[in-house]
Amino acid sequence: MATSKVEGSSSLRHAFGGVLSVFILLLIGVVAFSIRLFSVIKYESVIHEFDPYFNYRVTQFLSKNGIYDFWNWFDDRTWYPLGRVIGGTVYPGLTLTAGTMWKLANSLNIPLSVETVCVFTAPIFSAFAAWATYLLTKEVKGPGAGITAAAILAMVPSYISRSVAGSYDNEAVAIFALIFTFYLYIKTLNTGSLFYATLNSLAYFYMVCSWGGYTFIINLIPMHVLLCIVTGRYSSRLYIAYAPLVVLGTLLAALVPVVGFNAVMTSEHFGSFLVFIIIHVVALVYYIKGILTPRLFKVATTLVLTVGIAVCAVVVAILVALVASSPTKGWSGRSLSLLDPTYASKYIPIIASVSEHQPPTWPSYFMDINVLAFLVPAGIVACFLPLSDASSFAVLYLVTSVYFSGVMVRLMLVLAPAACIMSGIALSEAFGVLTRSMKFHITKYFECSHTEAPAKLGESTSTESSAPLENMTKSDTTEKPEVARKEKVARRKQKKEKELTENAHVKPVSAKKEKRPLVLPLEASIVSVFLLIVLGGLYVLHCVWAAAEAYSAPSIVLTSHSHDGLHVFDDFREAYAWLRHNTEVDDKVASWWDYGYQTTAMANRTVIVDNNTWNNTHIATVGTAMSSPEKAAWEIFNSLDVKYVLVVFGGLVGYPSDDINKFLWMVRIGGGVFPHIKEADYLKDGQYRVDAQATHTMLNCLMYKLSYYRFVETDGKGFDRVRRYEIGKKHFKLTHFEEVFTTHHWMVRIYKLKPQKNRIRGKSRKSKLGSKSTSSKSGGMTHKNPWN
Amino acid sequence: MDRRLQFAFVLLCLGLLSSTARSDLVVSKAERLVDLNSHIVRVLSKLKVENEGPDDVSEVLLALPDAQAKNLAAIRTFYSDGKLGFVLPTEPIEPKGMPSDVTYYSIALPKKLGKGKTVSLDVLSIFTRSLKPFPEEITQAESQLVVYTDNMYYTSPYPVKYQSLVFRLPGRVESYTKYPKVELVKSELRYGPFEMQPAFSYSPVVVHFENNNPFAVANELVREIEISHWGNVRVTEQYTISHGGASLKNGFSRIEYQARPYMRGASSFRVLIAKLPARAHSVYYRDEIGNISTSHFWGDSQRTQLEIEPRFPIFGGWKTTFTIGYSLPLHDFLFEADGGKRVLNMTFGCPLDEVLVEKHIVKVVLPEGSKDITVATLFPTKQSEDVKYSHLDILGRPVVVLEKDNVVPEHNLYFQVYYKFNNISLLSEPMMLIVGIFLLFVACIVYMHTDLAISKTSSSYLEKLQWEEVQATVQHIKNIFDQYLAAHDKLESSLRDLSRSGDVQSCKAARKAADAQFKELAKELKPLLTFLQSCSQASSILPKIEELVTKEKEMQEKEMAKHTTVVDCFEKKLGGKDIESRIASQQQKLTSLKQEVESLLDSISEI
Repeated sequence: MATSKVEGSSSLRHAFGGVLSVFILLLIGVVAFSIRLFSVIKYESVIHEFDPYFNYRVTQFLSKNGIYDFWNWFDDRTWYPLGRVIGGTVYPGLTLTAGTMWKLANSLNIPLSVETVCVFTAPIFSAFAAWATYLLTKEVKGPGAGITAAAILAMVPSYISRSVAGSYDNEAVAIFALIFTFYLYIKTLNTGSLFYATLNSLAYFYMVCSWGGYTFIINLIPMHVLLCIVTGRYSSRLYIAYAPLVVLGTLLAALVPVVGFNAVMTSEHFGSFLVFIIIHVVALVYYIKGILTPRLFKVATTLVLTVGIAVCAVVVAILVALVASSPTKGWSGRSLSLLDPTYASKYIPIIASVSEHQPPTWPSYFMDINVLAFLVPAGIVACFLPLSDASSFAVLYLVTSVYFSGVMVRLMLVLAPAACIMSGIALSEAFGVLTRSMKFHITKYFECSHTEAPAKLGESTSTESSAPLENMTKSDTTEKPEVARKEKVARRKQKKEKELTENAHVKPVSAKKEKRPLVLPLEASIVSVFLLIVLGGLYVLHCVWAAAEAYSAPSIVLTSHSHDGLHVFDDFREAYAWLRHNTEVDDKVASWWDYGYQTTAMANRTVIVDNNTWNNTHIATVGTAMSSPEKAAWEIFNSLDVKYVLVVFGGLVGYPSDDINKFLWMVRIGGGVFPHIKEADYLKDGQYRVDAQATHTMLNCLMYKLSYYRFVETDGKGFDRVRRYEIGKKHFKLTHFEEVFTTHHWMVRIYKLKPQKNRIRGKSRKSKLGSKSTSSKSGGMTHKNPWN
Repeated sequence: MDRRLQFAFVLLCLGLLSSTARSDLVVSKAERLVDLNSHIVRVLSKLKVENEGPDDVSEVLLALPDAQAKNLAAIRTFYSDGKLGFVLPTEPIEPKGMPSDVTYYSIALPKKLGKGKTVSLDVLSIFTRSLKPFPEEITQAESQLVVYTDNMYYTSPYPVKYQSLVFRLPGRVESYTKYPKVELVKSELRYGPFEMQPAFSYSPVVVHFENNNPFAVANELVREIEISHWGNVRVTEQYTISHGGASLKNGFSRIEYQARPYMRGASSFRVLIAKLPARAHSVYYRDEIGNISTSHFWGDSQRTQLEIEPRFPIFGGWKTTFTIGYSLPLHDFLFEADGGKRVLNMTFGCPLDEVLVEKHIVKVVLPEGSKDITVATLFPTKQSEDVKYSHLDILGRPVVVLEKDNVVPEHNLYFQVYYKFNNISLLSEPMMLIVGIFLLFVACIVYMHTDLAISKTSSSYLEKLQWEEVQATVQHIKNIFDQYLAAHDKLESSLRDLSRSGDVQSCKAARKAADAQFKELAKELKPLLTFLQSCSQASSILPKIEELVTKEKEMQEKEMAKHTTVVDCFEKKLGGKDIESRIASQQQKLTSLKQEVESLLDSISEI
């Protein structure tokens, strides 16, 4: 009877553990999903920011016209008059995912709008990412660490910032794809199964579909393979994990139109091919080593080495020559700015102008990964005890992502999963040690009372008899957990390296003898556990705060709290709605490229430039127009068929990211292509200002005029609440533009190009002369208007 | 203008010709009140009709010039017989022998009108698009002027003895048709009285006046009323609203709109008020790019009011779209009707104040499985049927579509939809979900318990099978060892009992029993071990299990030895201390062995 009870309880314990961990994972998924709903609850279910609007528009097109039209979609609503081939220039993973989800829901007659699906794609995939983290960390360091890491990832602020409900961007699904690809790689590495290797290539394909960050995978995995080879950890499992990935993965990647032949032509992928060659050489060497006698092998080695080095030198020389012949050395601008952080600011202002391409500051690390920054080193230490293939991968992932996050604030997102995995490992190891010591102390206490009881009852004298017993049990039990752990590790290895089983099962025996156990005093461990729980609690508090306050604003609706309650600034949509309903369908709207995606998606009007900054010249043209005087700007815009000009102005309500603050980038980008625009003309003693001391050029450029037209009439002084001073030129009239709409808080102002006046002979010549004399700085008129 | 004159001329001629041709009714008094306050023109004609002929008359004809008739949105005749007032049916007809260019409506009298009797009728006719903005384009600062044209005399197929015409105006009058009998008092322009006019008298009258009331026109309104028998009526209204007045020229200046109230744009409108049914809840107000945050909502048990502000003020010629949605409790609108039918009783029109709806579409989405659908409305509408699929529908929900052009607030009347519905159908969707999830679990169970291997002879498959067998065996072995441990525990407890009670015999018996059990278990263990030895797959675990077996054997020996020692000691009546010292070394070994065995078991169980 007792035996069956014991048996039952152990299997029940296992089943209970399984159910519990499934339940915990489910809850983690729920947390990951629901913590991202603050934006919907506090604001509304709406697409956020800029890029998501484009993705939303593409998804709408996809759901309306189907996949084949999508691949062939030439979008004439943007980059007028060039247009853009959307199907071939967009990473389709996100849109295809959301489109499929929408289709699935609709085929079941669940009436979800495309917008709803898009809004909730990111939270759903965050839950998936948390589960993928569990799988990955489980492969690295066991299920305990896996669950901890999944819980941490579910609410890491860095990831939340990119995946709140409504933030419908590539990163939302790409992080899941990234972690899942890594998981499958590690799984393949641990099992040596070709099945997982194939799945790995498919996951990699999904990643390539979703995000340009796939180059991180195709560089990190080869680095890890190289590391394994160099440290003498080559095995057939490594080969199976890597070779199919390169072959299948590259073939699949080339299927994605936006990648295409880049998968074999650009330098980002060369590393993987090089390692592919190396792993084959190494495999060959191992094979030959197996069939040759050691002496013969030595001879063969020297022979091959001499020939091999010669061949390698030639190949390397050819490669270098090929790469060097291309102007960017075969690297794309963004990748280059990763390798050389100063590259962008030197050569490509358009990349440097984006705030998320700037290097992060220390506070942003604390903001984005919070306490994980302190747990990560502990995790690294834990990964080295003992170092396995999987844990070395985790360490390598962390180190590289730390570097990349240091270059570009956007790549903090790649660091987040690595930091979560490391912290998960650290926390779970710490909890393991602490609870083990607590358990030991408690069981010791119980055993004490057990042994004492009979002694007291039976023989009244044997009070101190328990003392030796106690010591004895202590030494034994202390030995036990540590031994068990060592054994566990060894066993895991055993499982992985089936060919090395003979060695492995010798190990625990030897380890048992030498290792002294790590047991902390009861009080210390209780206090540490308490402190760790407090630390975790602080992390949770910070995450909830970050999710609720810092990262949930949709940025198209702004709110402010004043003494009389919440104040909503919905000016952007006011302007877009006005454009949508009260202009002709084919009117062209010019604005700085930031608002391009929103204008096409929300106002459904053709724009000149948008956030897909593929044509620098075109953007420079708009920048030039904005920084030119009214007449020249009118000519540029007129030549581009523009009917409305949209500017964002924050001076009335103090909205800092308005066009005046971005204006210097327009000058720089414009000046980069049209040299008659000189940054120095807009700066007074190297300072950018629009007050009375500003330069004449500045106060006469189109951007200034459109922003401040009749602004002085609001308060009589023209006090700009963003710049915190009175503007330089207060009273002026527009000659070539007319105001057609300004939103409630003046945040968006829309002007219409006036039609050309009838020419009066004498007058026109006079005004022409006048304009020439004022804009004497222009070298040649041909430069001024690039479209004439 | 000349067309109008021409028309007047034709009318006059025809009138002269036919005035005697038809019946002997005479309008003894016609007082017209034309309300020009909003952009919907309401003309209330108070008529006294007298029968001068010999025959009883059962119908009275009304006439409207075609130019006005095409703008007519509704016509209604009220009749009062002293106590009760009711609406008389007013239908368009085409009588013979009457002048064309005129549309006729016939009022069926409740009882025949005898010779020399009179009847009082109040005819309310509502016209849309009758106010023409003039000038057609204005700037933001100007106020809107409109022109209204009408007949100075009451257009009637009967001679009119006495009549007057009053225009009620919202504001300043720019100009009006001068006539001897006209006076302008405050905001009222009075023409008349005129006496003894023949039938179809015509003289144009034109009023040019200021009207800044909102000219809100809904170009299209789709009202979807979705009934859920779980207790909810969901109403979704999609509006395309535009300003039907004079269009704006020279752009919109926010500074003037905000800073100078007198130049605010008097002709524009900023707010629309929707009067929703009582107990409306879950209200939303949005457009295709998201929520519109400018709205106010309040309500009590009698009514609910929603004040909505479009994203931008609507000036002449501007347009916007938005959607309002709200939920209503089902029991306020759905009732049981005769013959087991259900009847939905809802208002037809648009809840917004003073909005003209050019194209009004009402869709009533009935629950899935509704049958025998009939609709009753107080005015003619175009009816069609449709099917809507939502929320896991299979057959789809029947949809009744009612269409009507030129809907004015006076059309805000109740209409009824009768249908049959079986309450069992309510459960079909939950049942479907339950069955679906159940089938999913069944599929999972089936998948877990069936062997889906294609090739039953492949080496990997066989290996897998063997591995499973090995696992089962290991589990079995583990169980045996658990029993071993339990037996050890029993022995220990017997020793404890001994120290308490001193019952040597029972202790010996316990030892015997344990010994027997050990032998039994060893017997059981043997075939399992041989199986593991024969398996290639078990090679990784085998050493551990062998170690376990040896450890266990050792432990048994030690345990027995200890047991016998203690029992012997007891038999010799030795003191507790002596016993302790004797068995101390054995005890130590035993504990360490036990630890080892347990840790080995743990490690095995993890495989």
